Amino acid sequence: MAVGVEEEVKSLANFLGSPAYKVTTQGEIKVPQLHTGNGKTLTGLATISKFLARSSPSGGAKLLGTTPEDQAEIAQWLEYRVTIVDRSVEKKDAQAMLKELNSYLLDKVYFLGFHFSLADLIMYHGLHPVMCRLSFFEKQQYQNVSRWFDQVQHYPGVQQHLPQLVFLRNTLYTSSDH
Amino acid sequence: MKLFTDPGNPHALKAVIASNIAGTVLQIQEVDRTRWTGNLPILELPSGRAIFSANAACRYLLGNKNTDDITVDEWLEWESSQLQPFLAPYIVACVGQGKKDNALFAAMFPLLEHLDKALKDRQYIVGTSVTAADIVLWSALFPLYGDSTKITDELTRYSGIVDWFQNLSTQEAFKSAIATVTKSKGVSACKASLLAQPLPLKPVIQSSPTKAQSEAGSTSSELSVSAEEVTAAISAFKDGKSPKPRTRTHPMFCRLRNWNTLYICGTDEYGTATETKALEEGLSPQQICDKYNRIHTEIYKWFEIDFDYFGRTTTPQQTVISQDIFWRLYKRNFLLTETVEQLKCQQCDKFLADRFVEGTCPLCNYDDARGDQCDKCGKLINATELKKPRCKLCNKTPVVQTSEHLFLDLPKLEPALSAFLNTIYPTDDWSNNAKVITRSWVRDGLKPRCITRDLKWGTPVPLEGFTEKVFYVWFDAPIGYLSITANYTDQWEKWWKNPEQVTLYNFMAKDNVPFHSVVFPCSLLGAEDNYTLVNHLQATEYLNYEDGKFSKSRGVGVFGNNAKDTGIPADIYRFYLLFVRPESQDSTFSWEDLMTKNNSELLNNLGNFVNRALMFVSNFFQGVMPAVEVTEEDGQLLAQINRELQAFLQCLEKVRLREGLVRILNISRLGNQYIQAQKPWVLVKGSPAEKARAGTVIGLAANVSCLLSVLVQPYMPATSSTIQQQLQAPPEVNILTDTFVCQLPAGHKIGKPSPLFQKLEASTMAELKKKFAGTQMERKEQEQKSKTPAQPVQNTPPVKVDQAEVDRLTAEVQKQGEAVRQLKTDKAEKKLVDAEVQKLLALKAQLAAAKGENPAEIIGGKGKKNKKGKK
Repeated sequence: MAVGVEEEVKSLANFLGSPAYKVTTQGEIKVPQLHTGNGKTLTGLATISKFLARSSPSGGAKLLGTTPEDQAEIAQWLEYRVTIVDRSVEKKDAQAMLKELNSYLLDKVYFLGFHFSLADLIMYHGLHPVMCRLSFFEKQQYQNVSRWFDQVQHYPGVQQHLPQLVFLRNTLYTSSDH
Repeated sequence: MKLFTDPGNPHALKAVIASNIAGTVLQIQEVDRTRWTGNLPILELPSGRAIFSANAACRYLLGNKNTDDITVDEWLEWESSQLQPFLAPYIVACVGQGKKDNALFAAMFPLLEHLDKALKDRQYIVGTSVTAADIVLWSALFPLYGDSTKITDELTRYSGIVDWFQNLSTQEAFKSAIATVTKSKGVSACKASLLAQPLPLKPVIQSSPTKAQSEAGSTSSELSVSAEEVTAAISAFKDGKSPKPRTRTHPMFCRLRNWNTLYICGTDEYGTATETKALEEGLSPQQICDKYNRIHTEIYKWFEIDFDYFGRTTTPQQTVISQDIFWRLYKRNFLLTETVEQLKCQQCDKFLADRFVEGTCPLCNYDDARGDQCDKCGKLINATELKKPRCKLCNKTPVVQTSEHLFLDLPKLEPALSAFLNTIYPTDDWSNNAKVITRSWVRDGLKPRCITRDLKWGTPVPLEGFTEKVFYVWFDAPIGYLSITANYTDQWEKWWKNPEQVTLYNFMAKDNVPFHSVVFPCSLLGAEDNYTLVNHLQATEYLNYEDGKFSKSRGVGVFGNNAKDTGIPADIYRFYLLFVRPESQDSTFSWEDLMTKNNSELLNNLGNFVNRALMFVSNFFQGVMPAVEVTEEDGQLLAQINRELQAFLQCLEKVRLREGLVRILNISRLGNQYIQAQKPWVLVKGSPAEKARAGTVIGLAANVSCLLSVLVQPYMPATSSTIQQQLQAPPEVNILTDTFVCQLPAGHKIGKPSPLFQKLEASTMAELKKKFAGTQMERKEQEQKSKTPAQPVQNTPPVKVDQAEVDRLTAEVQKQGEAVRQLKTDKAEKKLVDAEVQKLLALKAQLAAAKGENPAEIIGGKGKKNKKGKK
């Protein structure tokens, strides 16, 4: 959620090796703004993250996808992040979202299938506060999301300022011996 | 490519226009809206992947006509995340339902204003030709501007938008898209689709929480109290009477509520784990148990966990009671016999538990697989499946032998268990996870459970043919509660065979739930001897350490036996661990958080309040409680405290220990605010009436401190007794009543106040974090290198102060100070001044030492320590 969206943008910039741009937020819904110099600003998390990846000196552009299909999919997940993930604060919305993502991720390692992309990075940041609040029981319920999340948080450099969340590999809610 | 959409969906325009411009063939497949609840339209890509975002589809379909301009990105994001949440509801009301809704228009109006401004005197939003930004925004506004005969006045005001919209509408790609999507019917064809589509979620307004709220979680935000509450609070406080205590819960709280409470625990000592550990350490199982029981006992003692009795399972009573329960189950036909295949080492003459066998993995042929799991392929295996198995102790080949075992017939006991659970669920307080786990066990169907093992270290099975065997720990261990009580008192049956009068609480982590909620109750129900069964099962989630898990084997985290050496008092650990108790979800132990909670809640809130209250009594009234004349205004405070107190009692009855702690901190927060508002340090210097008023304020504050000392007792027993010592409170105050009553009357003499808590420093926390991060081995090495103990943080006992010496040095310091100032005003030579300053510092250090303070601190900085006790 947008609490800490400034930190998120900074950690993205850090991950992509970008220069230390100034980051502010706009309005009471805290839309992030990136000041790229010469009085120019970019508004919106999806736009900013694409810009940072595209201009990344450390080859972050490949995270934007190499085919038009990949690019389209990344674009839709960035949109999903700002329009759905950040706005599903009601419990029922959050549950519906997790259910949807859980079935989407059933047969995928990353959002694009087999390779890590900007979509994973942005969804990871957006879902962190949601996953934080889940009990182990719920994490087991949304196990594909949990598996993906654990995979991404261990991807080198991704975690940055966010605390690592704990996931268990074994299923808890069945019998277990002493 | 295929586009799935419902008829007349304006978002479908985004894709169709793009494909018209790029010249791609787009097949449109109509979807019945009533059968599809998700997003529409959906674009199916050649690879079979699906795009559910119309904006992403639009850009994709534009293909190489797509500009990579970042401004286009910005507009697309703006449309989906900012415009749509307010535009969509307006369009639904206006076009869909034919209503004019001014509130919805007002919400959307700043957004149209923004777009209009950007479009002034421009043909296209970005650049000089059509981009995805134009297509997406044009499509979004189509329901509003698409029918030129129906544009309302408020919309025509935006001439920038109107001109731009109409210009695009004349372009072929747009015209033919309208024809395709609306079947040439125009805006009116959109109605059904608009009404059916789910509305976008609204942006979340991010207000930064105020500090007080974020610190305390649930706070005393409802500050208004009714007049009745105030009057009742005042009379209760004056009368010193309160309705009788009426409830019971966790042990120290129960004792405070004056209930007859038995609080027991113990070490469960039988089983394979003990045998293995004994072999590892070269001791007998009994020696191992003695050793660890002693360690556990000491740790609990240090933490002041005040069991009535801390026992163990290796006692004769355990054998007597277990065997009795066994015989009763046997005679009532609740036991089954089954044959189990097991490996037996003939050399050692024992059946081998899985972890005592090694061999070749049957799956990957790794030749060093363990009996339960192969380290190479990671698969779980049965010890009997190992190729070339060998005994871990003597390396001889074991043989497969069958062994008869006894099983508890849980399916047969299930009806009795379900009946029992149904009686307790509605009325009693189980933690949610305990309920969920128990229900899932019962729902999945119970299976017979083996209760015997081929071991030596355990309670012997008394049945003929099984006398070489012992009971499995999970049959035996819960019986320990009974036998431990029997070791404490020969009246144990009054506790354990008395369900009418005794209420049983079990506390544990959630992994032990099934054994306490299913297996053990089944044993007791089957034994049919009127046993006391668990009423309240309280299970916690897991506590993590910093950013990972506690791990004993890797030495990550601080464990009971290390806590003592950190120099942090047991009370602080108790406070923090209860503050982060994982009651409903996992929580984390973090040193920094511990420091923050200590410094903000204990030191600055609770400790500060109690210390100020007592210092005032001591300094202004010579340690004698002043007379208290309660006014309406004070009644407000009393009523608010009563509210928190009642919430506290309720929390503890329901075993919500965390929230109970928050309530306590709320009371001291109220107290701090009260003192701050009343300013007794000013009043006390005023007229006689004002001085009397100061007495009331201070007397009340001291009584609130007394109440706090009782409330914190279950959480921080040492702190509780320190406060009571400083108050010289009689032991009778240690009872919890339903309302706050005056316990310290006028004329009561209090003791000497001193600060309750010490500040924790970030550097200490960093050291501790480092110390408990590594492996056990590294830590041991480090310990050997530097044998210096950690800096103690606890109150050091005051050094005996020689008052005469202090007075002499104080005079000296003053004199020397004067001399230095004189030299400085005379502009004496720097060398000379420096020399005199050195002398002054030396004198100050001597003075500090004489007072029993840390000289370095005095020299280090001026006025560093804020005086507690005043503002």
